[in-house]
Amino acid sequence: MSKRRVVVTGLGLVTPLGCGVETVWSRLVQGQSGLARIEHFETEDLACRIGGIVPRVDGRNGGGPDVEGSLDPDAVLPAREAKRIDDFILYGMAAADEAIAHSGLPLETEEDKVRSGVLIGSGIGGLQTIYDASITLHERGPRKLSPFVIPAMLINLASGQVSIRHGLKGPNHSVVTACSTGAHAIGDAARLIAYGDADAMVTGGAESAITRLGYAGFAAARALSTGFNDNPVAASRPYDKDRDGFVMGEGAGVVVLEEYERAKARGATIYAEVVGYGLSGDAYHITAPAEDGDGGYRAMQAALKSAGMTGADIDYVNAHGTSTPKGDELELKAVERLFGDGASDLVMSSTKSSVGHLLGAAGAVEAIFSILAMRDGVCPPTLNLDNPSVETAINLAPHKAVKKDIEAVLSNSFGFGGTNASVIFRAAS
Amino acid sequence: MSDVFDRVKKIVVEHLDVEEDKVVEKASFIDDLGADSLDNVELVMAFEEEFDIEIPDDAAEHIQTVGDAVKFISEKTA
Repeated sequence: MSKRRVVVTGLGLVTPLGCGVETVWSRLVQGQSGLARIEHFETEDLACRIGGIVPRVDGRNGGGPDVEGSLDPDAVLPAREAKRIDDFILYGMAAADEAIAHSGLPLETEEDKVRSGVLIGSGIGGLQTIYDASITLHERGPRKLSPFVIPAMLINLASGQVSIRHGLKGPNHSVVTACSTGAHAIGDAARLIAYGDADAMVTGGAESAITRLGYAGFAAARALSTGFNDNPVAASRPYDKDRDGFVMGEGAGVVVLEEYERAKARGATIYAEVVGYGLSGDAYHITAPAEDGDGGYRAMQAALKSAGMTGADIDYVNAHGTSTPKGDELELKAVERLFGDGASDLVMSSTKSSVGHLLGAAGAVEAIFSILAMRDGVCPPTLNLDNPSVETAINLAPHKAVKKDIEAVLSNSFGFGGTNASVIFRAAS
Repeated sequence: MSDVFDRVKKIVVEHLDVEEDKVVEKASFIDDLGADSLDNVELVMAFEEEFDIEIPDDAAEHIQTVGDAVKFISEKTA
C-alpha cells in the first residue's frame, strides 16, 4: 500500500524554561537555562541536588502568578480531578491542550473523533505516586490505599486522560522506551497515520521523575551530574571536557500530527512534515551505550533511508547529548561517521544544556525544538560548551544560537536498555 | 446525628468539590453529586478515617446517598 504523508500542525510545551511554545522557544534561543537547585523536597543526602523543574504559579523554580510561562495546575483541571493524576499526566495534559488548541484540530463530529487518536508515552510514569503509595501500604496497610493510585501512575493514562478530555476516540496507545520514548511516540504515531489507522494523532512524551526516588535511583546508577550543585546553570554541559553526568528535567512535549491532504484541505498551519523515522537496539548493556555508537548510527541511518535522504540533506541535528562522559562522544562520532565529509556543514546542538534531560519527554520536546529551528532558521545553542573534549568539524553551536537556513532536521534519542530512535522532519512545502 | 451529618457533609464537599447546599440527606453520590465508583471508594475511606470506624466492603456497597452514610456511621458510633 502507498503510505500517506504526515505533517505537524500543532505544538505544546511544558518545560523547565516555562510553559507555552513561544515563551520556551524564545528563552531557549536566547541561551537561558531552566536548571536550578531543588527546593521542594529534601536533597541534603542526595548526590545531585539540582534539576530542571517546571516553573509554577506557587513559586517553584522562579515561577509565580505574574511570571510568564508558569504552570497553574488549577487552570489545567479542577483540584478534584488533580488527585487522580501524577504530575507527568498533568504536564502531558497541559502540553496536549496547547497543541490541540494551536492546531485547531477539528473534533466536533463523531467521524472527526474516531479518526483522531492519542499516543503519549513516559519513560517512568508516576514515580512519586508509587513512592507515596508504597509508604502508605507499609505504614498503614492496604485498606488505606487510594483507589486513584493505579490510574494516577499508569504510563498510558496520559493518553487516557487526554483522550477523555478531548473526545479522541481513535487509537489510544502509549510508548515506554526510557529516554527514547518521546521520539518513538512521534515516529509510531506518524506511522499510524501513514498506514491509515487514524487521520490525526496527539502524540509526544511526559515525565515527572524529579523525586527523591528518581534522584536516588539515577545517582546509584552513576548517571547524574554531582559536581555542580552550587552552580546549577553550568551543570549540563554536553561535549565539554568537564561534563560529569546528566541533569534531570521534567515536563512534556506534545504535537498534533495529521494526514497531509486533510490538513491542507482544512487550511491548517503546517509546521513540518515527518519524513523519516529509524529505530534500533544496541543489544549491549542495560545502561551504557554500545562502545562504537553503533545503535545510534543505525537508528540515524534507518531514518535517512525511510526519508529517502542522505546525510547531505540534513542541516541541523538536535543531539541526544545528555552531558554524560561516555554518551556524548559516542553520538558525536556516530554522526561524524554517518555524515562523512558533510559533517563540516552540519550544526548539531544539545538543548539538554538548557532544560536538562526530560527522559521520556526529551524526544518530544526536542522534536518541537527541531521544528521551530527549521521554522525560524536558527539552531539553539549548546550552553556551557567551553572546552570540547574532542575535536570535531561539526559546529556544536557553543553558547550562542546559530542562524542557518534549515530544510531538514534530525532529532536523536537514545535510552537505557539500548533503545534508539531518530526522527527526521522536513520544512513544510 | 447533626454532628455526624455536618462532618459527612464537609468530607463530601471537599472530596467531590460540590456546593454545600447540594449535600442533602437524599442526595446520591453518583446521581446527584457527580461521583464515580472510585470516588465512592475514596469517600468511604475518608469516613473511616474521620470517624475511626471500619466500613466493610459489603456495607460500603449500600452507602449510596448522604443519608445512607450518616445512618451507617451514626449506628456504628452510637
